[in-house]
Amino acid sequence: MDIAHFLDILWLARIPILKGLGFTISISLLAICFGTLLGIFVGLALTYGVRPLRWIVRGYTDFIRGTPVLVLVLASYYVLSTIGLDLSPFQAGVLALAVFCSSHVGEIVRGALQAIPKGQTEAAKAIGLTFPQTFAYVLGPQALRQVLPAWVNTAAEMVKASTLLSIIGVAELLLRTQEIISRSFLSLEFYFFAGFLYFIINYAIERFGRYVERKTAIPS
Amino acid sequence: MPNHLLEIRDLHKSYGDVEVLKGVDCTMAQGDVISIIGSSGSGKTTMLRCINMLEEFQGGTISIDGEEIGYETLGGQRRRKKEKEIARQRALTGMAFQQFNLFPHMSAARNVMLGLMKVKKLSKDEARSIAEKWLDRVGLLARADHFPGQLSGGQQQRVAIARAIAMNPRLMLFDEVTSALDPELVNEVLQVIKSLAQDGMSMLLVTHEMRFAYEVSNRVIFMNQGRIGEEGNPREMFHKPKSERLSEFLKTSSFGER
Amino acid sequence: MGYTLNFAAVWRSFDLLLEGLALSLALAFGAILIGAAIGLFTAFCLISKNGFARRPAGIYVTIIRNTPILVLVLFTYFALPQLGFRLGKIESFVFTLALYSGAYLAEVFRAGLLSIPVGLREAGLAIGLTEIQIQTSIIAPLMFRNVLPSLSSTIISLFKDTSLAAAIAVPELTFEARKINVETFRVIETWIVASCLYVITCSILAALMRALERRLSVPR
Repeated sequence: MDIAHFLDILWLARIPILKGLGFTISISLLAICFGTLLGIFVGLALTYGVRPLRWIVRGYTDFIRGTPVLVLVLASYYVLSTIGLDLSPFQAGVLALAVFCSSHVGEIVRGALQAIPKGQTEAAKAIGLTFPQTFAYVLGPQALRQVLPAWVNTAAEMVKASTLLSIIGVAELLLRTQEIISRSFLSLEFYFFAGFLYFIINYAIERFGRYVERKTAIPS
Repeated sequence: MPNHLLEIRDLHKSYGDVEVLKGVDCTMAQGDVISIIGSSGSGKTTMLRCINMLEEFQGGTISIDGEEIGYETLGGQRRRKKEKEIARQRALTGMAFQQFNLFPHMSAARNVMLGLMKVKKLSKDEARSIAEKWLDRVGLLARADHFPGQLSGGQQQRVAIARAIAMNPRLMLFDEVTSALDPELVNEVLQVIKSLAQDGMSMLLVTHEMRFAYEVSNRVIFMNQGRIGEEGNPREMFHKPKSERLSEFLKTSSFGER
Repeated sequence: MGYTLNFAAVWRSFDLLLEGLALSLALAFGAILIGAAIGLFTAFCLISKNGFARRPAGIYVTIIRNTPILVLVLFTYFALPQLGFRLGKIESFVFTLALYSGAYLAEVFRAGLLSIPVGLREAGLAIGLTEIQIQTSIIAPLMFRNVLPSLSSTIISLFKDTSLAAAIAVPELTFEARKINVETFRVIETWIVASCLYVITCSILAALMRALERRLSVPR
């Protein structure tokens, strides 16, 4: 291994790597944002939805959670263009990740809401709160504390899953890395380097999650 | 006809095929302190929960100050009142639960203030001063900014009582409020209830503390298999039970032991 | 759109998909078996009071959990040969997935070990069992029962991760699906059938784990 040679190539490839990193981060952010919005709806529908809606949403989450993310990404990429939706690989990939994210967030939200003891709702009713008020002041804030750490974890999952978009040709960090390797043949060094970058991002997210958990903990 | 504070007429309640209340009639005047005793499964907690509409009921009426709770009959059709209306009616009664049910993410003061601000629409300052008044009354003003997780069971239950009573209810409902407490914490809660009773608060208590029921209430109701088995003043009830059932129940309860 | 569903082409290749599924299951089975051994060992290290056992185990788990599995798969297959560590496609993937499973299963087992009251160990010591006897006859069986629900979801998620073998051209289910997609252009049908195969397999796995849970549950 020639460190100086690797550093030379790394310096030459800095722009594509930074661009790839930018793509990775935008893919993850978009997937998390859309996925979370959809996921909150999924979680609420699973917990409070009327029966037919609950069944439909249950079917949706079970199907998504039973399918590998890579299959979602490939299906989204191939299928959407076939039915005439002209999405770029980037858009198709983000859509697949957002759908994946929504099923995760949905389950997290449902789990958090159902974990709240029934007595909380009863106590809120007993002092005369309506259901929207009960949700806003009693259930929501308690569920949010439960959800936050797991949600931050999902964010890290999204960063990891964003690598799958390299397979449909989105020029994110991993695909850029592979391009550099195909020219420089430094596969050990550059795969290691890419892995290291991902590790740093995810480790930071994980630490942040622990911090959030501590910050929002209820004193006892 | 005297206007009753609480009037229950022919109350029926089932869970599926199981009928737990089989026609309960009961009236209560302003300032009454009534203890409901009976073995578990006799329907006493269910009756209390119906008064606060925490349970639906299928037959009969419950009225507070002549106002029918939870249901209305329009053109011969009995239907549930609107959620908003039920929420308003629930605030007519205050309820303390066996498991306290304090909101764990709010301080003691915040627990008391929530209903004052969101239901009574008081300002934060007004709510805070009422909360402090009641926390002082239950002996916990110094703990106003503690979270439930930082309080003992007895303290939590006292905050829960303050939370209910701060809403200025017409009637307080106590559902086995000492059953989940360690024995050494029971007394502090009973003292609070007793002092509220002495102030003339109308209350309905489901309790297993026979000695306490004897001391605090002016009337006792014995529930048996979904009906009122016997009722009367505590002296007659505990010393000269008329029915076989009640004397059986009293023998197995803690009344004789203390 | 003008796309009419026609499953005929996909049915003709259905054998190929089933072969792919069989390979997916085999990959998962091999990797999880090795991974469980690694995970159990790592879990004992993680709860050990000895820093020389605990710290390396912690580092291993942290690195694996924060690195995308696709990067690990590519690294093992393309980069490690540079160091003279050369494996066939399938072996390379099983090796990676086993290491990957090990870290996730270690977390599962660790939580299980921590959930066992210390009193049981003390009771074992009191009747004269040795430390090893206590671990194997009391702690491990109880731990295994306790972790079954989370073990189930981890195993299912590891099974889905076998789809990543497609990235190094291992002919498992996702790889075959993509091939059929490209060859027949029956895009929608292919991906519907492929995801259904995954979803059905995941539900069967979940049902098996639930049955095992009932079978092993302690009467109370």
